[in-house]
Amino acid sequence: MNAPAAAYNFAYLDEQTKRMIRRAILKAIAIPGYQVPFASREMPMPYGWGTGGVQVTASILGPDDVLKVIDQGSDDTTNAISIRKFFEKTAGVKTTTFTKDATVIQTRHRIPEEPLHDRQVLVYQVPIPEPLRFLEPRETETRRMHALSEYGLMHVKLYEDIARFGHIATSYAYPVKVNARYVMDPSPTPKFDNPKMDNCEALQLFGAGREKRIYAVPPHTKVVSLDFEDHPFSRYRHDAPCALCGADDSYLDEIVTDDRGGRMFVCSDTDYCEKRRADGHRGTESAVGPDLEAKHG
Amino acid sequence: MYVAVKGGERAIENAHRLLAHERRGDLSVPELSLDQISEQLSLGVDRVMAEGSLYDRELAALAIKQARGDMIEAIFLARAFRATLPRFGMTEAVDTGVMQVQRRISSTFKDIPGGQVLGPTFDYTHRLLDPSLASGSAPQEPATASTAETPMPRVTDILKSDGLIEPSPQQEKDKSVGDLTREPLNFPADRDLRLQNLARGDEGFLLALGYSTQRGYGRTHPFAGEIRFGEVEVEFFAEDAGFAVPLGAIAVTECQMVNQFKGSATEPPCFTRGYGLSFGQSERKTMAMALVDRTLRARELGEDLVAPAQDEEFVMSHSDNVQSTGFVEHLKLPHYVDFQSELGLLRKLRAEFEQANASDPLREAAE
Repeated sequence: MNAPAAAYNFAYLDEQTKRMIRRAILKAIAIPGYQVPFASREMPMPYGWGTGGVQVTASILGPDDVLKVIDQGSDDTTNAISIRKFFEKTAGVKTTTFTKDATVIQTRHRIPEEPLHDRQVLVYQVPIPEPLRFLEPRETETRRMHALSEYGLMHVKLYEDIARFGHIATSYAYPVKVNARYVMDPSPTPKFDNPKMDNCEALQLFGAGREKRIYAVPPHTKVVSLDFEDHPFSRYRHDAPCALCGADDSYLDEIVTDDRGGRMFVCSDTDYCEKRRADGHRGTESAVGPDLEAKHG
Repeated sequence: MYVAVKGGERAIENAHRLLAHERRGDLSVPELSLDQISEQLSLGVDRVMAEGSLYDRELAALAIKQARGDMIEAIFLARAFRATLPRFGMTEAVDTGVMQVQRRISSTFKDIPGGQVLGPTFDYTHRLLDPSLASGSAPQEPATASTAETPMPRVTDILKSDGLIEPSPQQEKDKSVGDLTREPLNFPADRDLRLQNLARGDEGFLLALGYSTQRGYGRTHPFAGEIRFGEVEVEFFAEDAGFAVPLGAIAVTECQMVNQFKGSATEPPCFTRGYGLSFGQSERKTMAMALVDRTLRARELGEDLVAPAQDEEFVMSHSDNVQSTGFVEHLKLPHYVDFQSELGLLRKLRAEFEQANASDPLREAAE
């Protein structure tokens, strides 16, 4: 069991499995936003920790690819490190933290701030692929609803939010309509990221391992966040600049600095923040360590 | 000055080093060998083999050792290893009718051909802690008798010959058995996939579901027609040779429940079946499985769907403990950005609430 990594195939999965997953991916690309069932394998990390994304990445990765893995926008969160190390070990591919240098970016909960380009694939880790799941728990029902484009229930839910709270009370995993056909779950990204999915130059692939579904948004596909004419979709971002790099257009993490209500806000996308600082941007708290400067220098 | 959180990589390495240290425990205590686990914690090994879907005592023992005795973690290790193994094909169906029986009981007939064989069982022991075990002791030699040559037909086969129980559904000749580890699961699922799902399912989950059927949530009036445990031969049809070759023997437990009748204007009433099968000796698991298998046949038998145990989407989607534990425990992963979104929304709603209340004195007066 403690066999060296060499005992496993390139990128862990056997070629038969990769072929099965690639077929599912091709089908997913052909029908944007449609959830394609696939025979998800048991991976050496737990379900719910990115097994879907890992299987998609393993299936599309080639020896020349450069991989970036982020969780919550950061390359340095523990699970991102764990997945990056997994591919370093099993595929031996080059890895990077620089968004623009990566050919494959696996992500959990964020889309990088820097616009993606046409040589990139963004692989999302998806916990619950079914956008209608919390309205209708039965798979047999939700598949029928998708087949008939029967999305009234979703609009009723959004309307009820407005009736109760005055706003659509969905702040992440905000449902979108892809290519004017399928309602899709964008994975639990904050709705701030939704507009980045629309007409994106990169291919976007979504893998849900536990739920055994793959779906895709091909490049330059229309992705619209569901809303109403009188309650249009709006992004949410805390009204502050990043305390480290001064960015006023990035999604922010709230950092609790003491137990007396002290707060500060910093970019959730660490690569974006570091790059800005390397370019000389400063925020209110930005006496930056030299290691960060060197990294992008 | 604030520097963004770093150093996760070293923290992970150190955490795993500490885990290995804790796993070993006090170094002055001798280390467990795999043989010790396999021989002396054999029912634990059986469970890991069953729910790990991998018949290998040594690997199951290794998994238990590596998992520090956490059974679900051990099952996970076995499953992840199993996923990488190549498939050569399907074996022939095992014939439990010719099992080398170690234990075999029926609660429906006082005596049956081949007799009741208690075998190794906790049943009828008094659950009194045994202090003599603490210091270690050699158990008495087991009692022996010459093996009777009488065959042990399955109780359900005896009932079947009288037409009192529904025939066991036969696999269609050209249709291969489903495999939910190789093909994505779709609902409604056929019984082969349901049984595979239950065989891999968490013992505790199935136990609770089976229990719920006994307490009225999808009652099926079950009798334990027969429970048998022993070794069966596994055979594989070799294309080259043109015949089935034996691969070896595996220990399995089988439970056949005999349940309430069905019947209609055109069919005479007869008992129905619930089936459980598991690697190793796992009576609790196979009995619970047989109860749940029967309740899951509600649709097929035209029964009202009123209880969780009858709902195949509910049961099959939540029976797998590796999936369940992964998703429950994934809540440990960071959710900063989603939480930030929720915080933002909540603050906005609260601000609006306060504003609305401040400008509405009547409301306060009314309260």
